[in-house]
Amino acid sequence: MGILNKITFGLFRGSTANIQELPTGSVTVDRHGNIVTSTVSSAFPKKVLHSIGHDVLELFNEARASQMPLAEVTLHFGSLRITARELRGGAIIFLFPQTALMPTPHSFRL
Amino acid sequence: MEKRHKILLLDDDNDWLALCREMLTAALPSKPEIITASTARRALALLETESIRLLVCDLKMPRIDGLQMISIVRRRFPELRTVVLSGMEDEEFRSRSYALGVDLFWLKSEMQRNSKLFNECLESLLGRDTQSGFRGIQSKSLMDIIQMECLSRSSTVLRITRGPLVAKLWIQDGDLIDAETEGAQGEVAFQRLLAWRMGTFENLPAEPNRPRTITKPVNALLLESAQSMDENTAPTEPEVIEAQSHRKTIWKLSQLTREGAEFVISVPTAGTKGEPEAIGTQSIASLTHWTQRANDIALRLGERLGAGPLLHLTGQNLERQVLLLARGDRAFLVGWPTDATGNLPEKSRKLVETWGS
Repeated sequence: MGILNKITFGLFRGSTANIQELPTGSVTVDRHGNIVTSTVSSAFPKKVLHSIGHDVLELFNEARASQMPLAEVTLHFGSLRITARELRGGAIIFLFPQTALMPTPHSFRL
Repeated sequence: MEKRHKILLLDDDNDWLALCREMLTAALPSKPEIITASTARRALALLETESIRLLVCDLKMPRIDGLQMISIVRRRFPELRTVVLSGMEDEEFRSRSYALGVDLFWLKSEMQRNSKLFNECLESLLGRDTQSGFRGIQSKSLMDIIQMECLSRSSTVLRITRGPLVAKLWIQDGDLIDAETEGAQGEVAFQRLLAWRMGTFENLPAEPNRPRTITKPVNALLLESAQSMDENTAPTEPEVIEAQSHRKTIWKLSQLTREGAEFVISVPTAGTKGEPEAIGTQSIASLTHWTQRANDIALRLGERLGAGPLLHLTGQNLERQVLLLARGDRAFLVGWPTDATGNLPEKSRKLVETWGS
């Protein structure tokens, strides 16, 4: 009695790192960046999800302002792929967490 | 009594582990003790408790994959020799493994085809003393590496990778006999390769039957190359500068045409100085603006999510596809027609890599 407690306490003492899970699912945002629908886990912070929508809309808006309107944008990060399609000023955003061994898609399309 | 070294085999395929164990037990002359593990967690526990000399690790495994495992052991057990034995023939994994500091990368298919050479490599890794001798080559130029190989009269194939670019040098009894890179062969390839400023290299088995395309002595070639690099770095005459700039533009245009891209634009990233450079487009100002903004937004987003480094960003409309990637303190935007096929991120990377050389 008490030995297991000591072992687990000893093993996990100090392992208090705050890990934020990568989002997975899809989000639809309107032209003002408001989230219309989402299949991302409710445990994922709404604020961060909101900022993803804003950044994606900014990408589309900047492209339009530079006379290169884009219909689709994909951001390939080391551990996350974000694909966004323009929807009449808003966007539908797909979030795909990646593993180290997952090959990067050759084609730009989904 | 001589100490028996221990080899740890890590693979999620138990049949493969059994086969490897049998093969290595029978083939390695020093008769090391072979220990197996089918999960990275189990392997790490064994590394903590046993005195293991060499880890042979697969790449594709559930939960903790091979690349993650290698990066863990490189930090926690820096003296441990590491070999990646993988079934994945993608060159990207080879360079990623070497970038993590593995001693050897071997394909499972090659191991079966050339088991004798594989065993010799393992035996050599086991035999190296930890108390003396040196591992790895840090901050040596390619010229130094080639000179070392030639002075030691060795026969080998040097395979050099710089991002997506791959080059090979064939050295036979200390003589450079052939070179190959970026579609070029012989002396041209060798000169092009020497302009590379960084990369990784590995020694492959010699190919004595390789036809000779380079007849000049290696020292003469290195001298020529050093002279031409000196001239390039410190041009003084205005005509020379103009001729060089013209040659560079022609070279970049030919690269663009060869790959089938529409344009390339290179811009300094936020906080760095420099002028935008573009080839194949007139809309420099607007594309420069979007490239810089998109790069900033992507970096900000990646940082906020903790999603790792930005590999690249792609966009498309009915007219074209664009790909943005950052290299050093510059961001590059490559434009492709909508019907462009093949591995466009890889092709774009190649274009960007050759841009600076």
